[in-house]
Amino acid sequence: MIGRIEFDIAHALSASVLLLSFALLYQRRVSGVIEAFALQAVAVAAAAAWQAFTQDAPHLYITALIALLFKAMVIPIALSRIVRKLGMHKTIETVLGVNLALLAGVGLVALSILLVFPATSVAAVLTRENLALALSIVLLGLLMMITRRNAVTQVIGFMSLENGLVLAAVGVKGMPLVVEMSIAFSVLIAFLVFGMFIFRIRERFDTLDLQYLEAFRGDHQSERS
Amino acid sequence: MTGAIVAIVLQLAQLGLVLVLAPAATGLVRLVKARLLGRRGPPLVQPYRDLAKLLRKEAVMADNASWVYRVTPYIVFALLWLAAALVPTFTTRLPFSPAADLIALVALLGSARFLQALAGMDVGTSFGGIGSSREMMIATLAEPAVLMVIFTISLFIHSTSIPSIAEFVLGSEVGIRVSFLLALISLTMVAIAETGRIPIDNPATHLELTMVHEAMVLEYSGRHLALIEAAGMLRLLFYLSLIAGIFVPWGLAESGAGPAIAIGVAAYVAKTVGGSILLGVFEVSIAKMRVFRVAEFLGGALLLGLLGAIFLYVSTGT
Repeated sequence: MIGRIEFDIAHALSASVLLLSFALLYQRRVSGVIEAFALQAVAVAAAAAWQAFTQDAPHLYITALIALLFKAMVIPIALSRIVRKLGMHKTIETVLGVNLALLAGVGLVALSILLVFPATSVAAVLTRENLALALSIVLLGLLMMITRRNAVTQVIGFMSLENGLVLAAVGVKGMPLVVEMSIAFSVLIAFLVFGMFIFRIRERFDTLDLQYLEAFRGDHQSERS
Repeated sequence: MTGAIVAIVLQLAQLGLVLVLAPAATGLVRLVKARLLGRRGPPLVQPYRDLAKLLRKEAVMADNASWVYRVTPYIVFALLWLAAALVPTFTTRLPFSPAADLIALVALLGSARFLQALAGMDVGTSFGGIGSSREMMIATLAEPAVLMVIFTISLFIHSTSIPSIAEFVLGSEVGIRVSFLLALISLTMVAIAETGRIPIDNPATHLELTMVHEAMVLEYSGRHLALIEAAGMLRLLFYLSLIAGIFVPWGLAESGAGPAIAIGVAAYVAKTVGGSILLGVFEVSIAKMRVFRVAEFLGGALLLGLLGAIFLYVSTGT
């Protein structure tokens, strides 16, 4: 059995991922959100590497490497280039106020703990804690997608949701590498699709505010103008 | 009998130590900030010189100042000095230790703040009023967060007394607890707000729209100002030693023996220096926020405290 301090470090790393999820909700600038996301990816990579070390599972190092390479470097750099290229507003328009969003976030954390507890009553306390953390990161990612109007920040919400999934997967023993690879690549594809999508929205509406999509019924562009 | 004398001597030593160290900590923060901004910065002894200069100067008071205005500096200074001397700095074995209760400390700081806000409004200038109202706004937001942190810690350790918290952390293999991590961040945010450091308030400004603490004490001069300034420095040192005492108590002397005390003092000075440097770096790397964003900042601190309490239940598995 693995000693306590190793679990403590694993949990501290997972908790810092969760904290950075809250930082994502707290940020008001697009650049700040992107930075917080990159930091979160670094934390996920650290958590995965630590699990690889404690579980003696070398393939998890690849998971960590993928997180570090793609999510901490490629995607943030690409996103900030998109932001600069499109000359977006520096501030984020929120649907809910920041404080309300944070409060909702704490509610979601409590909810995920309540959900995980009865479901895993036989499992070890430590696995439970990890699962609760991962589930709350997933829910916070969803919350981020709901409460932000801007397409770029919605992409980041989606990516941080995926961070939660990775965290849940590395916490339990024996995630096959195939699954991990396919998740990583599907996220990359999703990012490309999102990128295309962002450019298309921008082309059509001159903004990345998604509330304009709600009133849009698919008219042809020439009719609109 | 000698034990009692040693204890009293240690307590007096702590009273002296915090008083001597407080201006140095403030000076170090200023020096670090100046160096990082590319200035040479004032020497470390500058705060001492400032205090000495202010003490020599005449105290000018407004005609309509009442006794509240006059006694506030003395009481505030005494309260802060007491608070800073109660926190275990280099040893947990002090005669005042039973009184070093987190809730009592919050009450000490709260009464100091209350008096300062009253004194700020006493003369009736507009700046004093603005400063007092903002200070109270920050306080109403900061105090729930502090209490949340205290609840988290005391739920875990079953005590609100700082010496026993420190001894618990020292004595057990606590490791890195998620709740403690969250409580640490929450308490740090509160400390930044309460000591009037940069994202919340700028201690170096006299720009009318942004000042909080400075606006409140704008009317004071001479020895009164010296006492208020010293109280502010003690408040900074108090928070530094509180955070160090709860979260990094390593090095604290658990007995009255000579070598242990020496190690304790050295560790405390090192922790204070480290904390001051970190604070200086943090202040340089961040911009001051608007007054109305303070609610979000401290709301975040409160929520982190709450999360800490929630995770306590998860990790204890009840």
